[in-house]
Amino acid sequence: MLEGLFDNQIMLGAAQAGVAVLLALAVMLLARWQEIHLERETVIALVRGLIQIIAVGSILVLLFGGPGWTGLAILTGMVAAAGAIAARRARGIPGAFRISLTGIAVGAGAVIALMTWAGVIDEDLTSLIPVGSMLVANSMNTCALALDRFRGDVEAHTGQIEAALALGAAPNRSVQRFVRSAVQASMIPRIDTLRSLGIVWIPGLMAGMVLAGADPVYAAIYQFVVIAMIYAAAGITALVSVILIRSQAFSPAEQLTLRAGKPQTSS
Amino acid sequence: MSMDTGLDQQTSSTAALRTENLTRIVDDKRLVDGVSVEIGWGETLAVVGPSGAGKSSFLRLLNRLDEPSSGTVYLEGRDYRDIPPRELRRIVGMVMQQPFLFPGTVEENLRFGPRQRGEDLEREQLEALLEKVNLPGYLERDVSRLSGGEAQRVSLARTLANRPRILLLDEPTSALDEESRRDVEELIAQIIDLEKLTCVIVTHDMKQAERMSKRVMVMEKGKKVRIGPVEEVLASSQR
Repeated sequence: MLEGLFDNQIMLGAAQAGVAVLLALAVMLLARWQEIHLERETVIALVRGLIQIIAVGSILVLLFGGPGWTGLAILTGMVAAAGAIAARRARGIPGAFRISLTGIAVGAGAVIALMTWAGVIDEDLTSLIPVGSMLVANSMNTCALALDRFRGDVEAHTGQIEAALALGAAPNRSVQRFVRSAVQASMIPRIDTLRSLGIVWIPGLMAGMVLAGADPVYAAIYQFVVIAMIYAAAGITALVSVILIRSQAFSPAEQLTLRAGKPQTSS
Repeated sequence: MSMDTGLDQQTSSTAALRTENLTRIVDDKRLVDGVSVEIGWGETLAVVGPSGAGKSSFLRLLNRLDEPSSGTVYLEGRDYRDIPPRELRRIVGMVMQQPFLFPGTVEENLRFGPRQRGEDLEREQLEALLEKVNLPGYLERDVSRLSGGEAQRVSLARTLANRPRILLLDEPTSALDEESRRDVEELIAQIIDLEKLTCVIVTHDMKQAERMSKRVMVMEKGKKVRIGPVEEVLASSQR
């Protein structure tokens, strides 16, 4: 109905947003009828969300018109930001930012570089940045999960780890099963995403491509390609991150320094 | 005040372990403060003191599970910082207050230590270890099914599988019920005697110290305050 009223895509988008906002406001009024007050939060969230996403869209318009090297700069900035966010899960561990930055850069970076070279990701910024950002974001989440899980397991099993060290085990050996469970646990969301693809959900990328007029079968295949790349990037990130944090959990004299509270160092 | 008796004038060359001003400071707190002591081969030294005295902290320094802030430990005259940590911990075994068995079977636990050196024990050797700790036929048992006393005995067997020359015991019976405590204590005493092990045992139980050792070191606030034959130290602490 709306498409017939507007020639301009931006005006059409504004009208569509208006309809969606009215729907959200109707829900707010329904809740108010039941004396559930969501007015303030709803209005703030709607206004903020709309402004933020329009800002992102506007920036993307500027960026997509820029030279090719801006893609690399943008992705590098995303990786740095992702590293800082994931590092919060390893707060207190020496080199936490370096660990997460390296894990995400190696995982997402390797897959982006390889897939761009292979022609799976288009070099054009309109493809490289959105697809690259998906790989970076998922690597960030995987890194955060892996670091959090490894740290939690080590802190909860200090006695067993030190019992292993006291029996002459190498540090790597003493935490081997926690490395395994950290990587496995962090990959569960990616594995489940692959498993449920098309059955539980139709991803936004495929929906967007179909809306833009792409062949639905090609859109479906490419969506699978992206999810598979996400899986690969996340897997590399998990392995690299956990191996790096493992090396920070012990002193040069093979003593466990990663403990609940803060790392133990003598003075 | 530190009270040394004549028996402590052992020469460094005969000492299994010698600590020299051993100190550990964490967050400005002196957990162990300048402790110097010698333990001869075949001797059992009990370390006693009130809770928070630094006994366990001192013990953990002896196999370098923790790093001294200053001072060092000599193993048979050799500075232990010159010994690879894994080799040191094979020679200086430790039984902790809690067994901390690894998930799996008793057999897997016993095999763990030797496997770190690429050594695979024969089944007969494993069974002999279990005989020593009065747990014959327990090889296939899942460790989650063991009682507290049984688990602590498996922990002892696991440490003995490494053939240590020195044994560190950190309150090995305090987490057990009364009956298991007596059984495990007797077992440990028998094994120390049979294997002619050198032993350092931390205990808050003075009577246990009296039963298991001839020499005792009293610690308070991280410091060594008294050391000597157990009867003399006990008598002086009662004055």
